Amino acid sequence: MTRVDARGLSCPEPVILTMEALAGNEAAYEILVDNKTACENVSRYAEGQGYKAEAREDGEDIIVSLSK
Amino acid sequence: MKKSTKLGIIIAGLIIGVIASVLVLFGNPTNMGFCIACFVRDTTGALKLHGAAPVQYIRPEIIGIVLGSLIMAVGSKEFKARGGSSPLTRFVLGFFVMVGCLMFLGCPFRMIIRLAGGDFNAILGLVGFVLGVLVGVFFLKKGFSLKRSYKQSVFEGAAMPVIQVVLLILLVAAPAVLMFSEEGPGSKHAAVAISLVAGLIVGALAQKTRLCMAGGFRDVVLFKDARLISGFIAIFVGCLASNLILNAVTENTFFKTGFAEQAIAHTDGLWNLLGMLLVGFACILLGGCPLRQLVLTGEGNSDSALTVIGLVAGAAFCHNFGLASSAEGPTANGKIAVIIGIIVVAIIASCNTFNKKNA
Repeated sequence: MTRVDARGLSCPEPVILTMEALAGNEAAYEILVDNKTACENVSRYAEGQGYKAEAREDGEDIIVSLSK
Repeated sequence: MKKSTKLGIIIAGLIIGVIASVLVLFGNPTNMGFCIACFVRDTTGALKLHGAAPVQYIRPEIIGIVLGSLIMAVGSKEFKARGGSSPLTRFVLGFFVMVGCLMFLGCPFRMIIRLAGGDFNAILGLVGFVLGVLVGVFFLKKGFSLKRSYKQSVFEGAAMPVIQVVLLILLVAAPAVLMFSEEGPGSKHAAVAISLVAGLIVGALAQKTRLCMAGGFRDVVLFKDARLISGFIAIFVGCLASNLILNAVTENTFFKTGFAEQAIAHTDGLWNLLGMLLVGFACILLGGCPLRQLVLTGEGNSDSALTVIGLVAGAAFCHNFGLASSAEGPTANGKIAVIIGIIVVAIIASCNTFNKKNA
């Protein structure tokens, strides 16, 4: 499973990193972000690409798990 | 969930558009119910950082936007003190965003408001803005980044909201120490309480919906995602509808189509376009338009606070060195500054895209 660290990045970099990762067409990803906006944006993009997105808090960070 | 968030931003946009129109009824300048660039510039003047007499007033709308965002962010546990993502670069970008805005005479937010008031000059601005966004998106696709931010102390994150509270206290309790315009756009304003409440509502709605004028076109091009741009269009529709109603039921002019004799605007199409091209380009590198930067300061983002300080410095320079346009048109100094701005922003974009691609 590929893990993408998009913490602290400005809009829309977390989504761009997610987009680049999803091009690999793997079954599951974990995208690490640190704010709700990035979490929503990454989830919305991934869902548009046919992935299921689940977010869970991990201390200061948020892990968005993507699966097909 | 997807549908409801899009509906939310459309409703928020409509409300914001109506507020922008109604503020003019309450005393704000025509087609300037809101303008982040103009209002930051007016506040800069009130603090005597520039000496342009017609544009000096502490605008409570700006204070309200930051505090409205703060209240919303604290309420939803989204207030997080963050900073350290190329702060000085952001300052420079903020500086040139203001240079571009004062060439055009408005930020992207006012660009929509001008369109909704029938000001066709803003169409040229819109074309330039979209071109600037496209150039910015080119660099984003190639890997542009100002690098990540890190957790900061709460005090760092709270500094800009505190500064806004201090400005509000100054405005209410000690106006004698400030400079206020006696004529010109700075002299036209709604009552403090009305402006403040309008700002609070817009700040809260913009925080909740992540509204961003630059993000609207960017997300359509980059991700085929129309969520943000639907907010942009909703502001236009709300403001236009309200302007048409107010135009019919009041004696004042809220809607007048054409290029000539528009309120606080000039007809130099090329420089309207180039000014907003600079704004669009720099806003994409910053990750958001001036409104979004203000909202982010309310969420504790000190990088955005530095960007806003860059807007303040840009406004001071624009008026101290004759860079800002007026109704008569752009100035020679302003044209040179916009060209320099486009070059500087292009250098910043290149250096943060190609040099450190894998850093």
